Amino acid sequence: MKDFTVRELGRLLHGRELSALELTKIYLDRIAKTDAVIESFITVCEEQAIKAAQAADKRIASGEKGALLGIPVGIKDNICTSGVKTTCASKMLSNFVPPYDATVIKKLGQAGAVMLGKLNMDEFAMGSSTEKSYFKKTKNPHLLNCVPGGSSGGSAACVSAGLAPFALGSDTGGSIRQPASFCGTVGLKPTYGLVSRYGLVAFASSLDQIGCFTRDVYDCAIVLNHIAGHDAMDSTSAPFIVPDYTNGLTDGISGKRIGIPKQYLESGIQPEVREAVNKAAEYFEKAGAVCEECSLPLTKYALPAYYLISSAEASSNLARFDGVKYGFRAENCSNLSEMYETTRSLGFGEEVKRRIMLGTYALSSGYYDAYYKKAQQVRTLIQREFADNFKRFDILLTPTTPTTAFEFGEKADPVSMYMGDICTVAINIAGLPAINVPAGLDSRGKPVGIQLIAPPFCEQSLLKCAYAYEQTAGFGFLQPEFKEGI
Amino acid sequence: MRITTEQVRYVAALSKLKLNEKEQQRMIEDMASIIAFADQLNELETGEIKPTAQTLGLFNVFREDESAPSYEREVMLANAPEKDDGCYLVPKLIE
Repeated sequence: MKDFTVRELGRLLHGRELSALELTKIYLDRIAKTDAVIESFITVCEEQAIKAAQAADKRIASGEKGALLGIPVGIKDNICTSGVKTTCASKMLSNFVPPYDATVIKKLGQAGAVMLGKLNMDEFAMGSSTEKSYFKKTKNPHLLNCVPGGSSGGSAACVSAGLAPFALGSDTGGSIRQPASFCGTVGLKPTYGLVSRYGLVAFASSLDQIGCFTRDVYDCAIVLNHIAGHDAMDSTSAPFIVPDYTNGLTDGISGKRIGIPKQYLESGIQPEVREAVNKAAEYFEKAGAVCEECSLPLTKYALPAYYLISSAEASSNLARFDGVKYGFRAENCSNLSEMYETTRSLGFGEEVKRRIMLGTYALSSGYYDAYYKKAQQVRTLIQREFADNFKRFDILLTPTTPTTAFEFGEKADPVSMYMGDICTVAINIAGLPAINVPAGLDSRGKPVGIQLIAPPFCEQSLLKCAYAYEQTAGFGFLQPEFKEGI
Repeated sequence: MRITTEQVRYVAALSKLKLNEKEQQRMIEDMASIIAFADQLNELETGEIKPTAQTLGLFNVFREDESAPSYEREVMLANAPEKDDGCYLVPKLIE
């Protein structure tokens, strides 16, 4: 079967050309053959998926309509799924089976989506390559010696390789947009507060946001329709009335004002990535928008501010992993304190320990003002700088990543790995929505992505621009040459 | 900025982490380079700027204090590494 979008699959299912059960079996079969190479899944839940597909078929037979009814989906393994292991790709949670569903899982379940399994990631979402997973190294379907990006690398690789028509991920500093860019899929990080975080294992609570990976922009609007909305279970959930994001999506962008911040195109940007952004500006003008250079001089400070804030929040959030109530516990400890320390030292990987240490340092007495408070003040300035630019522009256009996908082991020291997040972290700092849209391949056959950024809760305008670009530029989904089950 | 062995030991103790010699050495180097990177922020004058903890600006989200059923004890204990008599079991605290 060729690869279909969520929208096309919906037509096939509702036209009774294909049953949800047949569709689910096709994907399970693909996973069995192909994922031995790609390694995007940590857990495949075959039995559960078949039951969900049968239930979806019944609902379709009874005449129920729904854009996600019977559509298979992959879920990042830091989103809690009742009765299905949720490991965060960590030894610490390698045996954890949540007793409840995250709100997004509940919503997808109500919509009739069929969960195929749980996807690989950097441990506790800390990383940009998925190399930090305790379990396996996910490959980039476009070039198997390259990383898929991270931390939602399993989600991106799975959609790219056609192992699910869409997937959910989470984005704290670029963890949806960067892997989407590396793997050539659409990837959306919604406004902070638009999608409930209830049941998302917390990394940095003021930055984390759940979003989606899809094959095209239309699908992205469909999925957002189903996961967005206020949730009383998340006290940082926004009381915002969610529109239908597919409405007016195809209306065009005549007269839209698009700003291109020059700081995002300065040193360290691969020439082909810069070229893709400049080309995108031409496509936008062709579609009737007005593009103009603008300036975000604080851009370079977003990265240090991000690493201080996210690590500080992580050090606090990850204090709960102590071997008492769930997860891994070290054996043969003679007292409680030794049990805590040994459990955490054996249960967490190197990167997680590094961030806990950095965060604890930034929060410790004598350093709090110099690092944590300072970073939060810089956060205020960055947010203001975006707000000022959005007085003049509807959308900002930047690269998603400074370079295309890198090879396994290429970025050994932490700071060089962190530098790769330069184009994405400021968006989380300011709580804005942003999307990666595929923008062709570089000379080595690796996907390039552009990033569009909108003011808070302006996902409709964001998706409209992304759709216009997708249609005008005509790249569409970047199909890997990868053959099933090589 | 230099990070000392004592600082790393102190922060590890606060973090409830045990680092062996090799890990400790690596942590000294990594933290020094990350902190040096973070020190860039000092180029910015932030004087009286209000710190932002959260971008939405929501404040004191309250709900009615109504009782509702919670999870069964057994369900909550299902993931416990060790349990006994409906409670979490931990190594002895007091001799």
